[in-house]
Amino acid sequence: MEGGMTDNLGQLFWIFISAMVVNNFTLSYFLGLCPFFGVSGRLVTAFRLGLANIFVLVITSLCASFLNAFVLPHAPYLRLISFIVVIASTVQFVEMLIKKLLPGLFRALGIFLPLITTNCAILALALFQTSRAYGVIEGLVFALGAGAGLTLALVLMAGLREEAELSSVPALLRGTAMNLLIAGILSLAFMGFAGLFSTAG
Amino acid sequence: MVGPGDTGHGDTGLGDTPGSYEEFVKGLWRENPVFVQVLGMCPALAVTNSAVNGLAMGGATLFVLFMSSLLISSLRSFIPKAVRISTYILVIATFVTVADLSLQALAPTVHRELGAFISLIVVNCLILGRQEAFASKNPVGRSLADAAGMGLGFTLALVLLGGAREVLGKGALFGVSLFGEGFEPWVVMILPPGGFLMLGLLLLLFAWIAEKREKLLDEAESEPDLDREAA
Repeated sequence: MEGGMTDNLGQLFWIFISAMVVNNFTLSYFLGLCPFFGVSGRLVTAFRLGLANIFVLVITSLCASFLNAFVLPHAPYLRLISFIVVIASTVQFVEMLIKKLLPGLFRALGIFLPLITTNCAILALALFQTSRAYGVIEGLVFALGAGAGLTLALVLMAGLREEAELSSVPALLRGTAMNLLIAGILSLAFMGFAGLFSTAG
Repeated sequence: MVGPGDTGHGDTGLGDTPGSYEEFVKGLWRENPVFVQVLGMCPALAVTNSAVNGLAMGGATLFVLFMSSLLISSLRSFIPKAVRISTYILVIATFVTVADLSLQALAPTVHRELGAFISLIVVNCLILGRQEAFASKNPVGRSLADAAGMGLGFTLALVLLGGAREVLGKGALFGVSLFGEGFEPWVVMILPPGGFLMLGLLLLLFAWIAEKREKLLDEAESEPDLDREAA
């Protein structure tokens, strides 16, 4: 570590990589599993859902930074309630703005936005960001990394499931059991990334 | 809703209010939140690396579900339709805060181990689902029976999952070592992939048992000894 600017950038880089692959939200923290299993049937949909996730995560991170700075020092017991209420209403507000200003983007993300708001990955991001005492910039990078990780997991899963559709699988195994086993193997593969941290310090 | 006649438990007429009893029993197994409805997966997989953690998580969820159902079914005629979901979430978040702070005070070690996942009970779709599907439409007694059944079923599933992972991954159950020195732990079972794999295997096992049972019932209605084959 050389210190100064490089140090900061390096740290941000590791926050990003860590959130994206090493501590992937879906595959090592089990967050956002409902869409992971529910919407990962088709590749295109999965990718769009991933993008919508990144979008909501970034807004969440900003909201959480704001609440952590101005509201929660005075009333820490309101943390959970205020996170939920503020995040849900901000996402709804931004959704209306996008609908008005960027209808193309809205059509791509639209249906997913209200669903994502009650996704555990979103609330977890706000909680992790708080417990790790990330600032605004670190929080944003963390949100982007986590979102990229969710998208990666969704797209990989959708690709695998599209393949599995075409192969002959015993009838008993089809459905949730098979998806869980696929996810387990994917999670096993992602554990390999844990080595990144021990070598990098 | 399934009628009281076709449970696998056989003793439906036991309670003095068969309706409530039926609501209670269905969550334990036939409509088990984790194994049958596949709800509340995040906590079910994230914290079940030991039986104790599964029990703590299940207990906290049971508490939140029970209290939320109590409040929401008592207030169900006062909650406006348009804002009902936000109301449920606020009620749930309040009880989760209570559970979180209580656990922090009473069992700090468990609280540290479960970490953010206690707070994440708020977004457990099982709880919101029961409020929307049941507590908002049924009287208090039945709602409480439903909540208790679903909560206990959830706890049961979590303890089963956590126990199985702990036995394979650490060679212990509830912290008590089972196999002695020579046991080589299957470490991956207490790591994240183990959660996915174990739940997948359990679902597979249950599907297999169900299929066996059905086949046996089809083949010989009079065969009395079903459990031998199913086990």
